[in-house]
Amino acid sequence: MSAVTDRDAAARPAPAVRAPGRAAEATNRGRALLLGLPKRLLPPVIAIVVALVVWEALVLTGWKPAYVLPDPPTVFARLFQMVGDPTFLGGVATTMTRGIVGYLIALVIGTAIGLAVSRFPFVRSAIGSLLTGLQTMPSIAWFPLAILFFGLSEQAILFVVILGAAPSIANGLIGGVDEVPPPLLRTARSLGAHGFDLYRLVIMPAAFPAYLSGLKQGWAFAWRSLLAGELLVIISSATSLGQALSFYRQLSDAPSLFATMIVILVIGMVVDRVFAVITNGVRARRGLGALRS
Amino acid sequence: MTLITDVRTPVRIEAVSKVFGRGADATVALDNVDLTVEEGEFVCLLGASGCGKSTLLAMIAALDEPTTGVIDLGGRRTAVMFQDANLFPWLTVQGNIELALRFSGVPRSDWAARVRELLAVVRLPGAARKRPHELSGGMRQRVALARSLAQEAEVLLMDEPFAALDAITRDALHAELERIVRERGLTVIFVTHNVREAARLGDRVLVMKPSPGRIVHEERIDLPRPRQMEDPAVAVRAGLLRDELETQDAGTEVQG
Ligand SMILES: Nc1ncnc2c1ncn2[C@@H]1O[C@H](COP(=O)(O)OP(=O)(O)O)[C@@H](O)[C@H]1O
Ligand SMILES: [Mg+2]
Repeated sequence: MSAVTDRDAAARPAPAVRAPGRAAEATNRGRALLLGLPKRLLPPVIAIVVALVVWEALVLTGWKPAYVLPDPPTVFARLFQMVGDPTFLGGVATTMTRGIVGYLIALVIGTAIGLAVSRFPFVRSAIGSLLTGLQTMPSIAWFPLAILFFGLSEQAILFVVILGAAPSIANGLIGGVDEVPPPLLRTARSLGAHGFDLYRLVIMPAAFPAYLSGLKQGWAFAWRSLLAGELLVIISSATSLGQALSFYRQLSDAPSLFATMIVILVIGMVVDRVFAVITNGVRARRGLGALRS
Repeated sequence: MTLITDVRTPVRIEAVSKVFGRGADATVALDNVDLTVEEGEFVCLLGASGCGKSTLLAMIAALDEPTTGVIDLGGRRTAVMFQDANLFPWLTVQGNIELALRFSGVPRSDWAARVRELLAVVRLPGAARKRPHELSGGMRQRVALARSLAQEAEVLLMDEPFAALDAITRDALHAELERIVRERGLTVIFVTHNVREAARLGDRVLVMKPSPGRIVHEERIDLPRPRQMEDPAVAVRAGLLRDELETQDAGTEVQG
């Protein structure tokens, strides 16, 4: 964060504004050093500690019996066992493979649709608002149809993952193209850009940050659809994260259920960080501030 | 053969009108404008905002079309610069200039040398790898100028290119522009609302008035170059232009 803020501040000719910011940053840094942690890690570490304390406190109130609400040490002990267990890791791999394959197909389809809609007014009036409609449609609503079409199969899950992700990807691209600043387009035309080159060398790069946020949102939808799908479409031959959830609930194995959910959460956060790093790298190179998420 | 004779003919703008909108909402941005610009001439269009300067420039740049009238550039090419540098933020300075070279059909093998030469011309030799947001406003306009020069156009169209810069930076860029235009024999049509800038830069200043947009006065500035903003002779001409801008208000009243 500090690199980007400093650069922004340097671009503005306002040293009076900059000085207090610097001072506050220095104090923060001092505090973080006291605790022996880099400054940016401090807030999440505090949040995790608070969450664990609240969780433990809730257990101690006796609100739920221990076999329903296990305490953090039990869950983390189970978690450490699970991440060493090949069956569980196989499940993670199955889920991740489905997610990545579905997402990549959605990427191709969503990008193609986005290009067509942003390029051809006819296509836009035909399916522009349909895309926004699809984006607001809860993906779980597709499952009955998917199961009817494809049975309890990989295809049913993929179908819904793709339907969840593709509209967001397409809409990100469309929004990016629509919001290319007119002065930039005018400048490009005055430089002699037209046709496909205008598209490839000016409009697409200008739309890229919005496309990236579409990609990120698309992943979020894909991931949600995927886990919903794995809960509904149980394919007995392959263990998966969603299947594990429903299995542990049936066994009333609360520690395993909690641990699995932690794994799902962590995977989501890691992927989100990857997107954030890419997006903020692109934005920083263009002199745009980092997006906080 | 026609090419050679064409280049000698002036840039001709004849009876050009531009109307935005229709019916009761129509705005007459330009009404019957005539203008001839000689080869190598530096012409300033001076007027308050809304008098149609940008509209006229955009039509000369073929970014827009006149409602009626003729614009004949005599086969010349144009390059445009705006108040905002409009550099492409995803490209470095070098990439921005290369894109202009590419769109002008310059072979890729010549790009590197041309970029180096153009950056030297605008006196930014070390900036090739910088990104637009790392540059000051004045440096960005220098890059925009280099990018315009990359097009090898005979006519440079400038729409208040220095209006957002501080006076010191602007003075420096005036001097650079004057030098580059002389070295390259460019024809320039320069839009400004600043009387001193018009008197400082122009061989000829055309004073424009709004509602409807038209040219109301022409002032020849036959002062030696290089000039300085604070030359007393420039100040005198600026005073004359200011008078024209102000007295013509009364003229408009009578006419309208
Ligand atoms: N695209 C447009 N649509 C409608 N009116 C416009 C448009 N562009 C310019 N105008 C009008 O034309 C007139 C001249 O505008 P402009 O050429 O921008 O003036 P200037 O550059 O001298 O400030 C103004 O009244 C403005 O509102
Ligand atoms: Mg204007």
